[in-house]
Amino acid sequence: MQQVKHKMPEQAAEERRRNFNEVALGYEAETARAEAARCLQCKTAPCRQGCPVEVDIPKFIKHVKDGDFDAAIDEIKTKNNLPAVCGRVCPQEDQCEKFCIMGKKGEPVGIGRLERFAADCAMAKEREESAALPAEVLGKVAVIGAGPAGLTTAGDLARLGYKVTVFEALHAPGGVLMYGIPEFRLPKAIVQREIAALRKLGVDIQVNAVIGKSYTIDELLNEEGFDAVFIGTGAGLPHFMDIPGENLNGVYSANEFLTRVNLMKAYKFPQTGTPVRVGNRVAVIGAGNVAMDSARTALRLGAEKVYIVYRRSEDEMPARHEELEHAKEEGVEFRLLTAPVRVLGDDKGWVKGIECIKMELGEPDESGRRKPVPVEGSNYVLEVETVVMAIGQGPNPLVQDTTPGLAVNKRGNIVADEAGATSKAGVFAGGDIVTGAATVILAMGAGKKAAAKIHEYVQNKKAAR
Amino acid sequence: MYEIVKKEVLSPGVLLFDVAAPLIAKKCQPGQFVILRIDEDGERIPLTIADFDREAGTITLIFQEVGHTTRQLGTLNKGDGLLDLVGPLGKATHIDKFGTVVCVGGGIGVAPVYPIARAYKQAGNKVVSIIGARNADLLILEKEMAAVSDELIITTDDGSKGRKGLVIHPLQEMIDAGEKIDVVMAIGPVIMMRSVADVTRPYNIHTVVSLNPIMVDGTGMCGGCRVSVGEKNKFACVDGPEFDAHQVDFNGLMARQRMYHDHEKMERCGGGSCKCNK
Repeated sequence: MQQVKHKMPEQAAEERRRNFNEVALGYEAETARAEAARCLQCKTAPCRQGCPVEVDIPKFIKHVKDGDFDAAIDEIKTKNNLPAVCGRVCPQEDQCEKFCIMGKKGEPVGIGRLERFAADCAMAKEREESAALPAEVLGKVAVIGAGPAGLTTAGDLARLGYKVTVFEALHAPGGVLMYGIPEFRLPKAIVQREIAALRKLGVDIQVNAVIGKSYTIDELLNEEGFDAVFIGTGAGLPHFMDIPGENLNGVYSANEFLTRVNLMKAYKFPQTGTPVRVGNRVAVIGAGNVAMDSARTALRLGAEKVYIVYRRSEDEMPARHEELEHAKEEGVEFRLLTAPVRVLGDDKGWVKGIECIKMELGEPDESGRRKPVPVEGSNYVLEVETVVMAIGQGPNPLVQDTTPGLAVNKRGNIVADEAGATSKAGVFAGGDIVTGAATVILAMGAGKKAAAKIHEYVQNKKAAR
Repeated sequence: MYEIVKKEVLSPGVLLFDVAAPLIAKKCQPGQFVILRIDEDGERIPLTIADFDREAGTITLIFQEVGHTTRQLGTLNKGDGLLDLVGPLGKATHIDKFGTVVCVGGGIGVAPVYPIARAYKQAGNKVVSIIGARNADLLILEKEMAAVSDELIITTDDGSKGRKGLVIHPLQEMIDAGEKIDVVMAIGPVIMMRSVADVTRPYNIHTVVSLNPIMVDGTGMCGGCRVSVGEKNKFACVDGPEFDAHQVDFNGLMARQRMYHDHEKMERCGGGSCKCNK
């Protein structure tokens, strides 16, 4: 049997670095069936322990192998409301595929690619889902935030028989899937189609609704008749470095840069109304997936030179290996063991460069990674016109500040247990707002657990009446 | 869709819309703003809420046709709708009985000052309002401001109405005359707000300004509206929009406002085919 995964067809690096079309093109049916045939169908299915939403992986893969693609997607959808999304952006190498027996001697089965294939197949056929919803309404639940956590909670509760209303602050549901992850990695039309499927389950999504402003959590519970509330507001508050020159024109948070391009489609400006400025030379500070997305976006917007500036070495980079490789192939240049100390501006307030200092790795710090230490006197200037800060995000405080009795930790994250229960009765939370910035699938896993807990809570409350 | 139920031309290029938005009308307070989007390809722009009618479920927006989106907005009529309207956003003005409050409004800035002046008045303050514009034609909300002020002073740059000069001149005179001023609220072009701050700073008169920087989401997510206040970074959308005028870095704010000027030019020239800005 073939020891390596079937190759994922991709747009050539030279071509794709200047367009926003999807990089990975997806398996053809024949390739998908051949890849599915690599699955050993182990009884123990170790892959499943790596899936935060508990998809029965061997079972769906067997359907793909047999060519019954409808059955494959139906199987995935019993556990995962967003398979076309997860098939594209999940870090499978650290989850399901990490535990695959095939990975011991060669490469694991391409589980993510097969999930994507099954989801895309169903979409291509415009196949209607035949979900039989319970006739009885079990209760009414409000979900705050239409990102991965909120949508998962909403989908699971709707299938159980709840009337769910999702409140979203932006004008489009999807959260980070819409504003953060670029079109070339996750086409927005696909996100919207998965959300349309949730609407078919009866989930009501209200956009332009900022909880904390439009309604408070207490108003939702006490006046609007919701039995429970789930908070999935994510990590949306951008961090800056607090270095001189950070407010110069041309310095963006990754959130602003990516929101302008992804959600507001600035790459089509002036056909669309929102502009974005990108100089010929761009420095992206940070080396996570958001940094890779920002760097690759800057290239596609026409930048000639794009640098990733990161204070540690490649071994410590938090980005997925695949994203890092893609960025390299497209020509992103890496300035590792390098930290910015200030942003330099011209006399009109525009960025003209960043002053950097070289770093070396010292003793391990509390994160277990070797701590970067500045090399005295190694400062130099990198000439750039645009700087994107991609050094992480914190929790947005709008909900917490207007919800008395809701415990938060010192970072501002909501305190919740494994199942999502918070310090306030009837209020549940999950995803980045609880854990700090993490991945789409972990947020979905949290949403799933919370949905089960909310179901239990509401039924107990009704029984006690 | 949020229906425009009333359209009025206040002065050349300055328009008033009443928009049906019951939830926002029910919740909003003076000092807060909304973000709107006209259509599917439109940008998100912030506008201060100039007034609200909780019973009718409408909010009033007053804007000047300056950029692409505000010009497009100006082409809409009664009965048309806005695709998106989100709010109320930002913190409400801190209203209390302070004593004597001077409300300064410059140009289009009179619109957001109006509900604040009214709220100060209702809270039992003596309200002195100074409103100014380049000329008489550009002066807005004169009657409305008169109705909520104990005293109304008008200035125009060219002297075509009220006193010839800038809004800071009567303010300086009040101070020189020894009038006790407890709070100054100033909203208008950044350069005007900076001048007001410069006038009141030596006397340590508490001065509040409302900032309207470039913004995308309005909920603290993009950080585009950051402004240096007391040498700390603040986000105008969630920490503001109102700040202590004596702490604001106005020069930095003015530079950031120019961020997209040449993009605006590009649109005005009809979509990038013109090279006039190169």
